[in-house]
Amino acid sequence: MTLFLLRRLLQTAQVLFVMSLLVFVGVYAIGNPLDMLVDPQATAADTARVAAALGLDQPLWVQYWRFLGNALQGDLGTSFLHGTPALQLIVQRLPATLELAVSALLIAVLLGIPLGLWAGLRPDSFGGRTIMAGSILGFSLPTFWVGLMLIMVFSVHLGWLPSGGRGPTREFLGLEWSLLAPDGWRHLLLPALNLALFKLALMIRLTQSGTREALLQDYVRFARAKGLPPRRVVGVHVLKNIMIPVVTVAGLEFGTLIAFSVVTESIFAWPGIGKLLLDSIGQLDRPVVVAYLLLIVFIYTLISLVADLIYAALDPRVRLAGGQAA
Amino acid sequence: MTPIPPSTAGGTEPLLRVEHLSTRFRSRGGEVTAVDDVGFELAAGEVLGLVGESGCGKSMTGYSLIDLVDPPGYVAGGSVRLHGRELRGLPPKAWRALRGDRIAMIFQDPMLTLNPVLRIDTQMVETVLAHRRVGRAEALARALDALERVGIPAATERLRSYPHQLSGGMRQRVAIAIALLNQPDLIIADEPTTALDVTIQAQILYEMQTLCREAGTGLIWITHDLSVVAGLADRVCVMYAGRIVEQGSTAQVLERPAHPYTRGLLDATPAAALARGHRRGEPLRQIPGSAPPLSALPVGCAFHPRCPRADERCMQTPPRVATAAGQEVLCWHPLPPGASLTAPAADIGARP
Repeated sequence: MTLFLLRRLLQTAQVLFVMSLLVFVGVYAIGNPLDMLVDPQATAADTARVAAALGLDQPLWVQYWRFLGNALQGDLGTSFLHGTPALQLIVQRLPATLELAVSALLIAVLLGIPLGLWAGLRPDSFGGRTIMAGSILGFSLPTFWVGLMLIMVFSVHLGWLPSGGRGPTREFLGLEWSLLAPDGWRHLLLPALNLALFKLALMIRLTQSGTREALLQDYVRFARAKGLPPRRVVGVHVLKNIMIPVVTVAGLEFGTLIAFSVVTESIFAWPGIGKLLLDSIGQLDRPVVVAYLLLIVFIYTLISLVADLIYAALDPRVRLAGGQAA
Repeated sequence: MTPIPPSTAGGTEPLLRVEHLSTRFRSRGGEVTAVDDVGFELAAGEVLGLVGESGCGKSMTGYSLIDLVDPPGYVAGGSVRLHGRELRGLPPKAWRALRGDRIAMIFQDPMLTLNPVLRIDTQMVETVLAHRRVGRAEALARALDALERVGIPAATERLRSYPHQLSGGMRQRVAIAIALLNQPDLIIADEPTTALDVTIQAQILYEMQTLCREAGTGLIWITHDLSVVAGLADRVCVMYAGRIVEQGSTAQVLERPAHPYTRGLLDATPAAALARGHRRGEPLRQIPGSAPPLSALPVGCAFHPRCPRADERCMQTPPRVATAAGQEVLCWHPLPPGASLTAPAADIGARP
């Protein structure tokens, strides 16, 4: 177990290193941040002064070397634009995104698994067919379009929910939360639903196909031959088996929820890190972009680690050995 | 335990009486009959061998007896009586109360019958609790007892194992222990030793036989292997294309078969070949052709296209003929005792 965790840590460090290198070179290739930062009318001397202050006068490998040295001490650089540490800028906005992503995941899981189970148990019924047809829509409709439609229907026509912004929040554990504020969850509902739609479709399809497959297995037939009530056959024998792929996928998808909440955040003017990233790329604010992507990679590996641990807890055949898989 | 009162009619009601049982499947090309007019009786403590090739309906007969036929299949008619009580037409709840309690079933592949993500104790305790109002500790004690009865060493530790930590033979013993948990009146065993190697198979056969004799449990052993039946069963039913074509005591059916199909099956075994003075390298005798698909059964006797004794009469549904006391055959031309099949089947070995 310890060996397993150490191995994972080492892998994470490697991925972070490669990622930082790629992003560093990538942003450098897009354009020169000085063009964005310095007034076009500024003199060459002024430009040089700014470049020197930001370290942009150095060759790329020197800049990267400095970044790496600082990063190892926990300093991911200072935003060119805001003058504040990039990490601090991101962490300030992270709760908004996390709250959105967690809500979306909860919607996807808490709605998707029961619906998928239902459709899997009665694949030929009207309800089962409707659920599966709906999941195809969830897969194929583009997020931005659905987002706009949600605003059209629920905000413009019905006027039930606000169209954007985060609304009031309440402080808890030093961070701001929408869910705790009486009006906050109303602001959260539409964006969370929008973000959840694709994952919801995924969860439904995964659970449905898993259920149909499990129902054909001998262990289900044997469970029935033992005279177990249907509630136990489905709730324990079937569900525990299909939870294995569902947990793995849900874990990995949580990472993409955080990383790709960009579209939803833009549509609903949600002040999360996705919006921050878009702005930073537009302004070639390299330290923020690099810090953001490193953070996402880190969150990703953390989530997949947690998913692996849950997976091992669910499936007795999986052992988190440090050695090669037998 | 709720003892089912025996039927008042005559008082000679057997443990299980099956009459005119038929199971059909709805398919696109119309209805297919998988089990056709099957009938037999089984006494307490008796072992019945149900023999036939793959697809002859023997497993489906087993599923029909405990109402586990999956759609699009359904039990279309007939009667299944346990201790004289009619089971057909019982509501699902009553069936559930019977399954795993009065009638247990064991399946072919022990690698697949136990749930891979649940511990053995979970899978055993739930079987007790589904039928008995006892505490967990009591259920666990019963599970332990059942494991010891089927000869599992270190049963206490095995209870806490997951299926993948046990060998195939051990898993099948666990499945058998689960079947025995509530002391059923009847066990239906669907080829439970086919997936095991021969030494384990012999052990399990012997143990099952002993356990059922001791407890007076009726056992239906479904198999394609005549040699298994020879050592185990008191009575044998031979199935072909959904029908029981011959039944009788094991000695009658195996030594004096009256149906050409049974004769063909027996002639095809290596033991029969050795008795004939078979030489190495010589092919074994086989029955010409192959079993017909259920969707395209020949009219009349389903075996007639493969039968050397067939004539025009075989295009009509064959009669049920009693050839000896307790031996019945479904044939127009039953073989006289000791007869071998006529010429056409004898030189089948020469076919490409």
